[in-house]
Amino acid sequence: MNYTILLHLRQELLLAALIFLLLFIKLGKDRSNESILNFINLALLVNLVAGFCCHETGELFNGMFNTNTIIVFEKNLLNLAVLLISMQSYAWLKTNNNVIEFYLLTLTSLLGMFFMISSGNLLMFYLGLEMSTIPLAAAANFDLTKRKSSEAAMKLILSSAFSSAILLLGISFLYGTTGTLSFSIITAHLNGNPLQLFAFILLVTGFAFKISAVPFHLWTADVYEGSPVAVTSFLSVISKAAVLFTLVNILYKVFTPLASSWYLILMVLTAATILIGNLFALRQDNFKRFLAFSSIAQVGFILIGISSSSQAGMASLIYFVLIYIFSNLAAFGVVSVVSALTGKENISDFKGFYKTNPMLSWVLTIALFSLAGVPPTAGFFGKLFLLMAGAAKGNYGIIIFAALNMVISFYYYLSVVKAIFMDENSTPIEKMTVPVVSKIAMYICVVGVIVTGLVSMVYDYIHSISFGL
Amino acid sequence: MMQEIPLTHILFVSTALFFIGMYGLFTRRNLITMLMSIELMLNSVNINFVAFNKYLFPDNLDGLFFTLFIITIAAAEAAVAIAIIINLYRSHQSIDVEDATEMKY
Repeated sequence: MNYTILLHLRQELLLAALIFLLLFIKLGKDRSNESILNFINLALLVNLVAGFCCHETGELFNGMFNTNTIIVFEKNLLNLAVLLISMQSYAWLKTNNNVIEFYLLTLTSLLGMFFMISSGNLLMFYLGLEMSTIPLAAAANFDLTKRKSSEAAMKLILSSAFSSAILLLGISFLYGTTGTLSFSIITAHLNGNPLQLFAFILLVTGFAFKISAVPFHLWTADVYEGSPVAVTSFLSVISKAAVLFTLVNILYKVFTPLASSWYLILMVLTAATILIGNLFALRQDNFKRFLAFSSIAQVGFILIGISSSSQAGMASLIYFVLIYIFSNLAAFGVVSVVSALTGKENISDFKGFYKTNPMLSWVLTIALFSLAGVPPTAGFFGKLFLLMAGAAKGNYGIIIFAALNMVISFYYYLSVVKAIFMDENSTPIEKMTVPVVSKIAMYICVVGVIVTGLVSMVYDYIHSISFGL
Repeated sequence: MMQEIPLTHILFVSTALFFIGMYGLFTRRNLITMLMSIELMLNSVNINFVAFNKYLFPDNLDGLFFTLFIITIAAAEAAVAIAIIINLYRSHQSIDVEDATEMKY
């Protein structure tokens, strides 16, 4: 018997086994939320560790499913992020009646992302994409009684269905002009005729919807605000990272003949995304909305890295996503705990936060410094590598524009820090006892934020496994 | 013998259907109708795939298979969307998008 199928698919199979196990636990006798959560966190840890063993390169199902070192690494990053989110939402899930359903939805979505990242065929890619978005729409509605939650889910499902319709139109024209769905054969048939360019633009539009690049970002803030914090952090970190990995794979491997066209498209998207993301983040008071616009601005920086179409571009993208996982999840972790224990989600509620919760204040501050890109934290190095990779292309205008926008972003990130440390508040958030699991997750994030920037090994490793155009 | 319908005619129909669907999505305010408009867009893509497969690449069935998958996924999407709409109706007492505007800007 041939065991390569088990080896190549091991991350997917493990996740699928976990999903089925959870279904059976759901069917079985009632267990306390604590025991279920501890079991799931342990299982996710095993899942993460198991991902690091045996790196195989190969393809399955006639090239529909690919795997290689970099894809395995990307999946490990997503596994890590899911584990961190699961640990951080401990306080919220402990009192929830539907713990297992939450994990069923998010893990199914993660499975879809794995297939999407590994896809070597447009059909597989589309299936993975839908498998990752449809459960998330249901998860956005997880607070069934909250009005905002159902509004957010409605906006998410309608805009994602619309964007996948546009994406499908692009795929159908691509099929019409090339006669195949397989990535490796499409490349040979690309000659840049107008219909192919149109199809390509539609395809990029579908991607831009998912990574919420301006002008396709309008759903982002509303969905982030209305969904439960755990789902918001899932949407902003994991779902975005998975689509970015797929985008860079497809651009670098499949659409190489159209490289000059997609460079221009990315430039326009980048400029709009950074500017609009920053300007709208200035005026937000809801913390989740604020982080939504900040994540839009971060995507703009990532697009600069992608546009370089070099090995350094891909390496800086994956490196930045790693840092972004740590820093964004540290911020979401604090917001998640505060929201679960007190129900407060506004930045103005965080005034005087340092007096009552110094530990959480420092975690949040370090996370915000990293998101802004202040030197000792990893966020600085991440943005530096992205801009350096982009600058290698010689288009300095966009680099200067991005650097200037970083100044704007300093203002709004630091004004939150000012609110936490300096502003007076007669009714601050009272002292909270954070669950141990969430605390561990926050410490991991903070250590990650500091260490990934200072240890050059991380970037060197990522650079050695990535590829350019 | 009757003359075969050229591919361009079919592409014209499917493109028209796609943009009718898009127009419906943008102008209708009832969530169920908006969902139907999206289904219209997906169906136009199905026509595209089948037509391309039949006229240009009849040797393999990639396009037809893709159509089958689109139909299946559209059904799954509609199921989740309708569940969400029912829940929205419970909390808002309406399925008009104009009534679900708590979050803005």
